[in-house]
Amino acid sequence: MSVAQKKKLLLQANDSCVEGALYAGMNFFAGYPITPSTEIAELSARELPKIGGKFIQMEDEIASVAALIGASASGAKVMTGTSGPGYSLMQELIGYAYMVEVPLVIANVQRGGPSTGLPTKVSQADTMQARWGTHGDYNAIAVAPSTVGDTLTETVRAFNLAERFRTPVTILLDEVIAHSREIIEIPEEGELEIINRVKPTCKPEDYKSSEFTENGVTPMPAYGEGYRYHLTGLTHDERGFPTNNPSEISPKLEKLRDKILNYTDEIVKLRVEMLDDAEVVFISYGSVSRAALQAVSLARGVGVKVGCIQLYTIWPFPDEQLRDLCSKCKKVIVGELNMGQIIHEVRRVLPNDKEIHSLQRYDGEILTPMQLLEKLEEVL
Amino acid sequence: MTTTETDKKAPKQRSDIALQYLRPGKKLPHVWCPGCGIGVVMGAYIRALDKLGWDRDAVAMVSGIGCSSRMPVYMDFHSLHTAHGRALPFATGVKFNRPDMNVVVITGDGDALAIGGNHFIHACRRNINITTILINNSIYGMTGGQGSPATPSGDKSTTTPYGNSEKHFDPCTLATAAGASYVARASVHAVPQLEKLIKGGLAHDGFSLIEVIANCHTYYGRLNRLGDAVAMLRRYKEQSVTVAKARKMSPEELEGKIVLGMLHQDEKTEFCNEYQKVVELLKKKRGTNGN
Repeated sequence: MSVAQKKKLLLQANDSCVEGALYAGMNFFAGYPITPSTEIAELSARELPKIGGKFIQMEDEIASVAALIGASASGAKVMTGTSGPGYSLMQELIGYAYMVEVPLVIANVQRGGPSTGLPTKVSQADTMQARWGTHGDYNAIAVAPSTVGDTLTETVRAFNLAERFRTPVTILLDEVIAHSREIIEIPEEGELEIINRVKPTCKPEDYKSSEFTENGVTPMPAYGEGYRYHLTGLTHDERGFPTNNPSEISPKLEKLRDKILNYTDEIVKLRVEMLDDAEVVFISYGSVSRAALQAVSLARGVGVKVGCIQLYTIWPFPDEQLRDLCSKCKKVIVGELNMGQIIHEVRRVLPNDKEIHSLQRYDGEILTPMQLLEKLEEVL
Repeated sequence: MTTTETDKKAPKQRSDIALQYLRPGKKLPHVWCPGCGIGVVMGAYIRALDKLGWDRDAVAMVSGIGCSSRMPVYMDFHSLHTAHGRALPFATGVKFNRPDMNVVVITGDGDALAIGGNHFIHACRRNINITTILINNSIYGMTGGQGSPATPSGDKSTTTPYGNSEKHFDPCTLATAAGASYVARASVHAVPQLEKLIKGGLAHDGFSLIEVIANCHTYYGRLNRLGDAVAMLRRYKEQSVTVAKARKMSPEELEGKIVLGMLHQDEKTEFCNEYQKVVELLKKKRGTNGN
């Protein structure tokens, strides 16, 4: 089918997130209403019963993630939508999902904080929460779209990563993208790759729900498929039963770490523009990246050697990739809608001789291309 | 066959049934204190399940945190040992996604009524077809004897050292008011009735609560000078009255009594069935639209 015949829709990113989830095979949604994410729940409530899927509005965010884990363990592809304060509440059971290695997707439409903060204003202040939100040692995956269109593709990617690595994945949206309307093309069936969790092939009595495998990911049967396995948030052995044995505790935690960090290359996705001869590079994500693209195009028009890197993958942080991409530039500007969260990672990763500048905004307004250009002028 | 032979044979058969449902491997010994009431509940639950003859792969057991919540570890079913208070929303996810599965929640008074209180009333309200066995020992056992929402007023715990100043919840009244369609109370001293009420709850289509009065002689019993396990069971027996008898008693006469039996049952619509009706309606609508 030609491009012209493709289904085109005028959507806000909260809606394209649901379109992406349905494309990826979502058949279960549990959530609790919170601005500015409510359209994600509303569209899911309308669409899921049409395909025989399930939507449930739970009594709170903790219950929502609990329901997702129960549904995921019994074979569903699951997602919830929330925003900062709701995401904070969810952390208890997101931690449980890391521990029992259950795939689930959380779309967090960030708003200003802390606490109830700014319900209708933009922010990127949950970036660190997506990495360190729950207690204990674990490694997180978080992706960050910047347009209505790539919210769809990043949501599909989030589902794929969740299924591939048996882990929770956060989509970090921000309010501006969530509520901006753009015309997007809905991909044809088969156009985007869909990954589903690996099922065991062994006999039920030989199955170990937390087995150490070569790539760190254990096959996962659904309830009712003959494998009567146990899931517990307590540190457990290979068979999934509680253990206090130091020789079993460390390997479990190393499994959670290595199954992500050994596959960073597979998870990292970056957009790179005008980097070859760039002396200054913008590093940003989400809606700020759109301003950065515009700023680069304007600055190049007057002969300034500037480029930009957009982080589609925030966690795991693309350490090696950034070191490599920034090897030739002299200066870096990190633009964020918070008081400086990702800049710490950039400072950690880049060599000491690199000049790192920050541009931060945390008043509920966006960073504009003009502000980025002003900062560029200042550092040149 | 003489009576003596029958008596000898009967207990053996019962324990054989239990062994069939335990997991193979290193899951035993269990964490419960000698004489704890939770083991009695597990035995009754297993025999109730056995009588129903359900396919083992069609049963999922979900629990929260606490002594009673360790039960699914020992039993050979699909199982989720979750976070403190959250068993019911986890179970809701399993049941809603797989309405064909029989979902059973094992919980305690602290787990279900304190941190899980909100989840408890909403699971009752939805009347989702989940069987909840709430083992009420009036205290937090696993964390060492702190007061729970079921600790009676005036009673001692490590966090109510001078006697509990709060009023306590009656889970059965709460569940009935919130919309549960099968509400019963049993006690570990009256095992045949316990087994019967659990079996009825498992077979019921809707949210069923079986509150089981159970002894924690290690903490609740000791702190309140109620004696050992046997003394506590004797006390439960003395305090218990049937539902029929309770109806004829005044509130003053019922003070300090434990009312045992079926307290409430109705045929309200069940949540998963109601949602399925929406799915079918949409399917039909799409069919008539020709797409």
